[in-house]
Amino acid sequence: MIDVFYNERYIGAVEDKDLFVNSIKADRRKNKLPSCLNISYNEETDLIEINTSTGRARRPLIIIENGKSKLTNEMVEKVARGDMNWDLLITEGTIEYLDASEEENSLVALYEEDITPEHTHLEISSLAILGITTSLVPYSHCGQSARLNRGSKTQKQALGIYAANYMVRMDTDASILCYAQTPIVRSVMHDITEFDKHPSGQNITIALLSYRGHNMSDGIIFNKGSIERGLGRSVYFRPYSAEERRYSGGLTDDVCMPDKDVKGYKSEEDYKLLEEDGIIYPGAPVLSEEVIIGKTSPPRFLDDLEEFSITANVRRESSVAVKHGERGTVDCVFITENEEGNKLVEVRVKDIRIPEVGDKFSSRYGQKGVVGAIVPEVDMPFTASGIKPDLIFSPHSIPKRMTVSHLIEVLAGKVGALSGRQIDGTVFDSEPEAKLREELQELGFRSNGTERMYNGQTGEEYNVEIFVGNMYYMRLKHMAANKLHARASGRIELLTRQPIEGRSQGGGLRLGEMEKDCLVAHGASLLLKERFDSDKTELYICETCGGLAVHDSYRNKKFCPACKANTDISVIEISYAFKLLLDELRAFGLNPKLKLESKY
Amino acid sequence: MVADKELIKGYSHKIPAKLLNEFEASSEEFNLTKPQQKEVIERLYKRYIDALINCGEAIGIVIAESFGEPGTQMTLNTFHLAGVAEVNVTLGLPRLIEILDARKNPSTPMMHIYLKEEFRKDASAARKVAARIKETKLEEVALEFAINLLESMVEITLNPRKLDELGLKASDIKLIVANALKTTNVKESEGLITIQPKKTGGNLIDIYTLKEKAKEIFLRGVKGIAQVLPVKENDEFVIKTSGSNLKDVFKIPEVDFTRTRSNNVFETFNLLGVEAARQLIADETASVIQNQGLDIDVRHIMFIADLMTVKGDVKGITRSGITSEKESVLARATFETPIKHLINASLIGETDHLNSIVENVMLNQPIPLGTGLPDLVIKMKKE
Repeated sequence: MIDVFYNERYIGAVEDKDLFVNSIKADRRKNKLPSCLNISYNEETDLIEINTSTGRARRPLIIIENGKSKLTNEMVEKVARGDMNWDLLITEGTIEYLDASEEENSLVALYEEDITPEHTHLEISSLAILGITTSLVPYSHCGQSARLNRGSKTQKQALGIYAANYMVRMDTDASILCYAQTPIVRSVMHDITEFDKHPSGQNITIALLSYRGHNMSDGIIFNKGSIERGLGRSVYFRPYSAEERRYSGGLTDDVCMPDKDVKGYKSEEDYKLLEEDGIIYPGAPVLSEEVIIGKTSPPRFLDDLEEFSITANVRRESSVAVKHGERGTVDCVFITENEEGNKLVEVRVKDIRIPEVGDKFSSRYGQKGVVGAIVPEVDMPFTASGIKPDLIFSPHSIPKRMTVSHLIEVLAGKVGALSGRQIDGTVFDSEPEAKLREELQELGFRSNGTERMYNGQTGEEYNVEIFVGNMYYMRLKHMAANKLHARASGRIELLTRQPIEGRSQGGGLRLGEMEKDCLVAHGASLLLKERFDSDKTELYICETCGGLAVHDSYRNKKFCPACKANTDISVIEISYAFKLLLDELRAFGLNPKLKLESKY
Repeated sequence: MVADKELIKGYSHKIPAKLLNEFEASSEEFNLTKPQQKEVIERLYKRYIDALINCGEAIGIVIAESFGEPGTQMTLNTFHLAGVAEVNVTLGLPRLIEILDARKNPSTPMMHIYLKEEFRKDASAARKVAARIKETKLEEVALEFAINLLESMVEITLNPRKLDELGLKASDIKLIVANALKTTNVKESEGLITIQPKKTGGNLIDIYTLKEKAKEIFLRGVKGIAQVLPVKENDEFVIKTSGSNLKDVFKIPEVDFTRTRSNNVFETFNLLGVEAARQLIADETASVIQNQGLDIDVRHIMFIADLMTVKGDVKGITRSGITSEKESVLARATFETPIKHLINASLIGETDHLNSIVENVMLNQPIPLGTGLPDLVIKMKKE
């Protein structure tokens, strides 16, 4: 007897497991049972599980019956003609969805030729074992699976044309690649997803070579000439918005050129780019912290104002300015209304980002790297025919990652570029490497893709043949310009008196717990003290009661508010955070006292 | 040449006795002359002084980092060991955490049972002992557990061959089952045992849970020993078990209790005392680290074992363990549940003398370590 569970609940037991499972499957294929039902026999626990619940990942497969695929050529033709559709294939029992547990009980053939009597299902296409982004990687059957994962992950970070209507969109952190190209080496998924309409990279010439150490550990070297010709150039968009909010008492924000008597008025220089309506004009070049939208708000606390204020109406300045450390050109201005009917002003600033040292680039195989140097074109190595690579890639990145597909793409790209055609690199179904090599030889190159190269600086010939070819390269969204940060002194937090956090506000760089442990382990006692004194303060302590004393700077007198009498008062230097801790302890009813004593 | 006793005596308070004994033996072996001996012992002394840890060295942090840095690699390595055959063992970081936290019940208790001289080499004797130790459950002597839906009862078909092996009769089993499941009627006929709840009208799920409960009924063996595996290790038969029960295993006459060990620190501590527990902590930690292909100096491991057992019982590196013994209130409050520590300290009016590291980092004072440890004291002339 084998126990049967339905959606994790015990419902009974059956004598013959195969008969039971097969009859349920047959009923499902005949539409007597819902197609969302999956049944499986688990050998390990000796149980039958039936599931109809939500949240199971399922995938479609062609059913095989009596060693024959149920999807016939006739059917394929019908589908091609449009006489048959997906739903019909499922209701007719040609295709079914399996969940993970039922898939454990089935044997799936990758190709129709592979079918044996044991097989139960057939893949719709060999490509179907991969997802959309993963199947965009050409020749991926030649690489390591972990690299394939990373490769499909980096493709999602690539800059390209992310939406056809990007010109009227206000996306944060959006970038457009200026001269995006469709890849030479491609897979059928590029056609299925109409990749040509939203490409995300460029076909470039790369050489696998070390160049004066600038491309060690995943560094890459760019040809300055290529960058000047537009390689990897992108536009970075940053939207800013201001809303005329309504407050109680009929007061509203006002988008306008702020008056000079407004509270918090910056300087005339900061508002110079605004037009009469208080909004900047398209095409204006803006620098960091310059005002884009002039705006004033009503005073924050209305009640206090009426009684004490001398001036009748002091409005606050609340203009929108370019973020700290950013610059660009105003791209467009939208003036509209939001859902609540308030006036909404949106301004988009664009900044042309030319590749610089520290920007991130990647091929499609998880071989990402950071620009280590940009070399003048005259210094780039060149081949006998005078070709100078756009990019120099470190050969050390290949062996340990075993990305053979990376090398094949270079070869295939070279063939494609020379013969002027696109190369099909679909997984399991690509143009064979041997054929590519043959074709390369016919085109007058060495079949292994290597060429003689010369040192660009000395003109000397390299002693080895260098692997040169073309491949599709992507610029990733991580740019040095968005991450560069340093600070000497600056804003501090009100509560703790420690430097604030975050690059956008010019915050400090934290020396954390583990970094502290390092200094402790080295016994660098005074360096540690110095690094942590960003919030040091002087405290007056009453030696009698151990509490905080007060310094009356008006009368230049120190006294203890608790003891009143003339007590000894000493000054200690301590971190403000500790003083705060003592205060918090007092707040919940503990009274910490400081006993001072001379160390010696 | 005989070793120079006078020379050795002169160094007796400077160099540990073990090193001096070694020196004595070696100088006799290599026939050193007296001036040579003097040179050797001078160099030995210098080497010994160099090897000592300096005053103000931050050994605690160094040890913590020595564990912490390889520990980051360990997390990544654990999954390679998933699904090891034979006996399932917790390894890697989870096991290390278990040992250092001094958990009362390890997730996979295990024993290495060594046998006495006369049984050591005998495979059949080892197997016999193993069979006696193994905890046998009803599930193992049954062919099938079935639910009779009509009568709403559980039917167990026994395996006569297994019963023979164990020397049990079906009627014995009936008694054991009846004893274990008091709320049921148990009947036996021709190797078929039926269990029916006394209370009728229970639903299907109750019967199912009863069936699962019946599978777990304890028949014989040493309690807690789920699996036994006699293996040959260096020319002798050793029984590896999953599940640990040292006390009962020590009672078995064939077992060599001087060498038999468990991986359960608390069991070892209760039975064999704190020194055994210290050794076990050090050994287990070292074996976890070695298993991962990492290399941490044994002295680091021994220091941790010492720290955990220094108070005479086993204390984990947790807020209720060794951290609660710290002298400084602020240091205790820094590590987990600060409010609890601060309130308890204030109830008895504790004073923090700021003698250690964390407190001084907190107050932004120089820490008493390394360059912050020595002070310069000058006596000023009174005016």
